[in-house]
Amino acid sequence: MSREQELLIIPKTYKNYVGGAFPRTESGRYYKLNSVDGKHLANVCLSTRKDIRNAVQVARKAQASWQNRTAYNQGQIIYRIAEILSGRRHQFEAELESLGYSKEVAQLELESAIDLIVYFAGWTDKVQQVFGAVNPVASHHFNFSRQEAVGVVGMLAPEAPALLGALAMLLPNMVAGNSSIIIASEKLALPLCTFAEVLETSDVPAGVVNILTGKKEELVGHFVSHMDVDALIADPTLSFELRKELEVGSTSNLKRLHFWATGCTVDEIHSTGKSVIENMAKSAKDPYRILDVQEVKTTWHPISE
Amino acid sequence: MILDRIPIDAIGVQERVDRICSRSIKKESKLQALDLALRMMDLTTLEGSDSAGKVRQLCNKAMHPYTELPNIPSVAAVCVYPNRVKLAKEILKDSAINVASVATAFPSGMSSLEIKLDDVRYAVQEGADEIDMVISRGAFLSGDYALVYDEIAQIKEACAHAHLKVILETGELGSLEHVRMASDLAMEAGADFIKTSTGKIQPAATMPVVLVMLQAIRDFHHKTGKTIGMKPAGGIRTSKQAIQYLVMVKEILGEKWLTPDLFRFGASSLANDVLMQWVKEKTGRYQSLNYFSND
Repeated sequence: MSREQELLIIPKTYKNYVGGAFPRTESGRYYKLNSVDGKHLANVCLSTRKDIRNAVQVARKAQASWQNRTAYNQGQIIYRIAEILSGRRHQFEAELESLGYSKEVAQLELESAIDLIVYFAGWTDKVQQVFGAVNPVASHHFNFSRQEAVGVVGMLAPEAPALLGALAMLLPNMVAGNSSIIIASEKLALPLCTFAEVLETSDVPAGVVNILTGKKEELVGHFVSHMDVDALIADPTLSFELRKELEVGSTSNLKRLHFWATGCTVDEIHSTGKSVIENMAKSAKDPYRILDVQEVKTTWHPISE
Repeated sequence: MILDRIPIDAIGVQERVDRICSRSIKKESKLQALDLALRMMDLTTLEGSDSAGKVRQLCNKAMHPYTELPNIPSVAAVCVYPNRVKLAKEILKDSAINVASVATAFPSGMSSLEIKLDDVRYAVQEGADEIDMVISRGAFLSGDYALVYDEIAQIKEACAHAHLKVILETGELGSLEHVRMASDLAMEAGADFIKTSTGKIQPAATMPVVLVMLQAIRDFHHKTGKTIGMKPAGGIRTSKQAIQYLVMVKEILGEKWLTPDLFRFGASSLANDVLMQWVKEKTGRYQSLNYFSND
């Protein structure tokens, strides 16, 4: 065996990312991620109900202070994610390629992901300017509306694109002031696991973004029934049964439920990856998604005649 | 009175606590434990800013912790400052809930004995069923045990019919040996309950401290046949912690102590967590604080 082969492979068990730390799943279960040519790439956590419970708890704790940071500071932090991701892009590209991406598509996804992060970093101090309003009223009041975070948001990242699909859900929520819990793609979980390491080193306060891996069928039910989750984001490529479970379950505490088209199937990445990613990168830059996960607070302030 | 200095093996205590914390209490037994924890609770508000409205709200919560589920018991007592006792008593007069009042220059205890006694008499006069006093930690730490003993004895007398809980403020005592000694002293002097903390000093109730206090109660019971109550207070915020305390009481003192007459939790935010866990057990849905009252 050559020296290079000896050195290269250190398989690793990826853990969840919860509250700024990397805990194992409470269940101790894991599944194997294989590369497209069948090699064992990594072990990944099979999360359960309690992992969701713990994640919601820390997300709730972290939410208010994230929302209350200045828009300027939020922008800096989100931009920092792009900086760190940019420095590690080759690792991400290699991971995507091992999962069956062509080199070109892998590079395109990374480029689009970094671009999307920078784009949303710019939105933090513009949300109130663009979407807030001073309203004309027929009494002696100064009446204004501002956008506020909805709270703790759960996201079911699409199966593909592995990174861009999840970021397209996460970034509008970060800008909105929410804390997020993302269930990663099951088949292509690796890039998002590595992305947790990017978040951990890029000034994102602990608990604002949490990443779990596992089977969506096992987790969706616990997500929708949780009374402390304020909104759920999923992708229309999700199976009919799961979409139905989301629709029905979300009525428990009137969760906001949004289907954002941020994903495609793994096969589409292999066949028409380039155009799919190009389209995704465009549609992900929809600032109205920020409004989907915000509430409007209107204030009536008395003024003299 | 001869006060023994009983050496405490801090590492052994911690190991015992760790073993107790690893017990798994789920489903039916968890519901039972939650029920017990709620019935043992002294719902507490001890802020300088306590308004009549806040006390009223707290008393109502004490009587009806959560109206949406049947069979939720009311708590054991409401714990307030002396000048809120009358109001609390008035609201709770038709219920079985006691009114407890902190007294004796709470929380520091830095005043003269006369003032402390007056404080106690005032609270009792206003209708307090239970008095939570603080010991003079300064005197205790400087070795003036007789003074501490006499203070407790005199305050016990001033309490008349009211139950006396003696707050050791273990966070200021420094070591587990001191905790044990202060517990023995308080029980000898006539305490009906011994209580860990005021809630104003960190650390408040911790499991090792409570374990040592429970052992003191056990030994006192063996020696004199008297049953003294225990009240950990401060820092108990989750049902999980509360259940661990219950396990500890059961293992060290036995089932006899698993009653609100002999064990209490001094807490304010614990109630909501117990209720949330309760509703979770009943409905299968994890709960949000949004649906539970703040006080």
